[in-house]
Amino acid sequence: MTAISFETHPDRYKHWNLSVDGPLARLTMDVELRGGLRDDYELKLNSYDLSVDIELADAVSRMRFEHPEVRTVIVESAIDRCFCAGANIPMLGSSTHSFKVNFCKFTNETRLYIEDASKHSGQKYLAAVSGACAGGGYELALACDEILLIDDGSSTVSLPEVPLLAVLPGTGGLTRLVDKRKIRRDRADVFCTTEEGIRGKRAVDWGLVDGIAPRSKFDDAVKQRAEALAELSEYITKGPGITLDALAPNVDDAALSYRHVTVSINADKRTAELTVEAPTTAQPKTADEIQAAGADQWSLRAFRELDDALLRLRVNHGEIGLIVVKTRGDQAAVLASDQGLRDNESHWLANEILRLQARVLRRFDYTSKSFFALADEGSCFAGCLFELLMASDRSYMLLDDDEQVAVRVGPSNGDTYPMGTGISRLEAHFYADPNHVGQVLEIGEAIPTEKAEELGLITVAADDIDWDDDVRIAIEERVAMSPDSLTGMEASLRFPGPETTESKIFARLSAWQNWIFQRPNAVGPQGALTKYGQPDRAVFDYRRC
Amino acid sequence: MSLSDSIPNNVDLGSDKKLLRALEKWQPNFINWWMDMGPEGFQHDDIWLRTAVSVEAGGWAQYDYVRMPDYRWGIFLTPNEGERTVGFGDNATSKVWNEVPGELRGLLRRIIVTQGDTEPASVEQQRLLGKTAPSLYDLRALFQVNVEEGRHLWAMVHLLHQYFGRDGREEAEALLERRSGDPDKPRILQTFNEPTDDWMSFFMFTMFTDRDGKYQLAALAESGFDPLARATQFMLTEEAFHLFTGETGIDRIVRRSIEAAKADPNGDARGQEAIDLPTVQKWINFWFSSAVELFGGEISSNAADYFATGLKGRFREKKKYDDHQALEEVYSVNVIEDGRLTSREVPLRNAMNEVLRDEYIADCERACRKWNRTIKDLDFDFELKIPHRRFNRSMGIYSDVHFDLAGEPISNEAWEKNKTEWLPTPEDREYVQSLMKPCYERGKFASWIAPPQKGVHGMEIDHEYVKFQSEKN
Repeated sequence: MTAISFETHPDRYKHWNLSVDGPLARLTMDVELRGGLRDDYELKLNSYDLSVDIELADAVSRMRFEHPEVRTVIVESAIDRCFCAGANIPMLGSSTHSFKVNFCKFTNETRLYIEDASKHSGQKYLAAVSGACAGGGYELALACDEILLIDDGSSTVSLPEVPLLAVLPGTGGLTRLVDKRKIRRDRADVFCTTEEGIRGKRAVDWGLVDGIAPRSKFDDAVKQRAEALAELSEYITKGPGITLDALAPNVDDAALSYRHVTVSINADKRTAELTVEAPTTAQPKTADEIQAAGADQWSLRAFRELDDALLRLRVNHGEIGLIVVKTRGDQAAVLASDQGLRDNESHWLANEILRLQARVLRRFDYTSKSFFALADEGSCFAGCLFELLMASDRSYMLLDDDEQVAVRVGPSNGDTYPMGTGISRLEAHFYADPNHVGQVLEIGEAIPTEKAEELGLITVAADDIDWDDDVRIAIEERVAMSPDSLTGMEASLRFPGPETTESKIFARLSAWQNWIFQRPNAVGPQGALTKYGQPDRAVFDYRRC
Repeated sequence: MSLSDSIPNNVDLGSDKKLLRALEKWQPNFINWWMDMGPEGFQHDDIWLRTAVSVEAGGWAQYDYVRMPDYRWGIFLTPNEGERTVGFGDNATSKVWNEVPGELRGLLRRIIVTQGDTEPASVEQQRLLGKTAPSLYDLRALFQVNVEEGRHLWAMVHLLHQYFGRDGREEAEALLERRSGDPDKPRILQTFNEPTDDWMSFFMFTMFTDRDGKYQLAALAESGFDPLARATQFMLTEEAFHLFTGETGIDRIVRRSIEAAKADPNGDARGQEAIDLPTVQKWINFWFSSAVELFGGEISSNAADYFATGLKGRFREKKKYDDHQALEEVYSVNVIEDGRLTSREVPLRNAMNEVLRDEYIADCERACRKWNRTIKDLDFDFELKIPHRRFNRSMGIYSDVHFDLAGEPISNEAWEKNKTEWLPTPEDREYVQSLMKPCYERGKFASWIAPPQKGVHGMEIDHEYVKFQSEKN
């Protein structure tokens, strides 16, 4: 398959229409039947594949940076009597397991971004469900702040995955039903096994939707709810919006090259080296400077590049099992960038950049590849980049005689970049000793290797005699292990501590949905996904595991 | 009279507590619906109607004067004929189901609700037609069709009440809540939301749209869910009259059109307040293309599921076919690729909608040959045609490209240029509408339609088929 790009622009959208009218925006779904990534399926009834979700993610992101004045986003359908039929089943049926998993992961992240926009940017989302809303369609609605369902005597919301396809709702539907909307679990059980779904008043009574409106009054009701939602968020002056320019990396088989981020691919060794460079120019200090620097400022550009690189590594480089994480440049410059954003946290753009950095770091956490951070000569794991070291599965630090190699914990490493579990990476790192986190945060100066090892910040300290071999052997040993068990192990070890709706969604996705995606009852020769659209029906092995 | 006595039935209603409880609540709502949405302005008149009071040979067609709200809508299943087995699909040769198998609940419910929704819809679509009936004979025919569509609703509601528990009762209520063309609660299928607002459209509806119903019912009459098979078998006996009304109605319009053209100094049927044949052809084009949509997608996983599960077979599945698995064969569907038609082989089960559509089209063409025979017998030079199935589609694989009447793909420009020649224009509709004046005098017929060949059930053509109890204006 040709490499997938995650960059797009509203001018090029095939599947969505984005229109902004003052504080109100409309995201109108109008999926192009033959506009999917492959041509062996048709995207009927607003069903989606990755290309549809890439545009959605782009729209959600642009709404925050380019249209900060927007306070409510209406998610609606351009198709009469149909909102969205969910992920395209023939597409899932004919995709590889790893593609399905990464597709689901990305769609989950997009829905979490919608919730993040509501929580942190005051952009509320309203699902205007004007027709049949099934599976992933309802899960998209579940990610919105409110769901308004048309009351036409036939349109339903439904999660038909279990009864119809022998899989699970793959974008957090089950978790959001009981955790977010707090629907009684016995009713959720009925709902999730009733393929035709639930309509009208009962959908309201059960909490599946927030309101219903008849067809003739639907548009008015949508507008009214959208305006009411806009009032929910505290009014702060925002804008003017900035333009998110294209990242346009240089891409070839061996490397991805961006302005601040480089990925070099070593396909033979199944490894890649990801390098993030510190800023080389003065960083904005004031709100005006942040506003003026726009999409060019390092803090935004570098993390957008990191985000794009992670996505490409996931989807286009499945065989790469381990990523060596490096940084290059001046620690002080990284910290200055952090400081400028922190000092102006109440400025809309500083806030957006910090939130974006936090999201990209969570994307890093959820990436199914081994990450080894190498703090070597010239590295600058400080502040926001120190998070990369904390997010990695292991860290190696060069023990040099003149203590030039150092890491540096900044104030941002406190609570600026929470993990999906709601705690910081330092808190996760020192889960046994919360007090230690406070002590580390107070150091306030460069931490050389010996000290870093003593503090427990790094995994291995090696001097220059051992360094090359220790690192090489560790990497070679790692990539030889089963990628499946590594994925499971890493996902289990990366998230100590509490659960949140978000962490549950990913845990259940990885554990249950991905398991079911592998089971013969779904994808075997007689499985329900295999047999979908075929002349004969699925045959199940009824033994419970 | 108790509910069970007033409702003719052969399902032992009197001793069926479940059914009685459900009907006690539903029946008054049905009557309210009938008064609201049934034929407007004729509820107190005496109509010479046939009523089914039993499934015996003499029982299913009893004729008498009835006021429509007093019509005895009944519940009938064609009697059991020994032990049946599922006739096709993966469950073929196992015993038919007399209860809803849990694993097929969702599919069966969808079939019954979708079918059930069309029955009251057509009554709603036709509710104003009585005011412009071309004769008492036709007025009676309209009401006969209406009350029987009502009974077909009863048949589907019986299945929902009897076999689907609380959910079935709710669905039965919802069948009365959705209304044809209602902006808030429209009927499920779009064709059933279009008004039938002139009498030529009524005959087109009973010819083409009801004929879809015949083929759907016939496919369900093969069902492995025995109550559904038996209910639809009995419905088919009534449906035949509806199709007869449509087919002969069009024939009578054609006949009158030619007489008028011959009588007119300019040879123009419109000059004599009749309908010229090119206009009749436009109505055929419109209604056929609308009805042909009702068969569903050309390549359909639902169709495959319905067949595989043994719930919906082919037309005359038992009699006509030897291979009831339909797993080995393929069906060639013409698909559009890069604007051109190419043939694609589809597993037969996925093409079952198309198989049924083939039967339907052949039947429509048979009727069309009869109309052409009428034209020929009257020594007139015109040929009516059934358009191609790809013409004027808004759903399915042929909806993205325009096709001409012969089914050849054409450009948007060619479509725009020709569509007023092919489909009714506002002016055509206005003209036909201008002819729609009531003709309530015994034995008389409106200017645009010829009398039928004979009356109903041995009666004269000028029989008083409707006795008015109030002035009509």
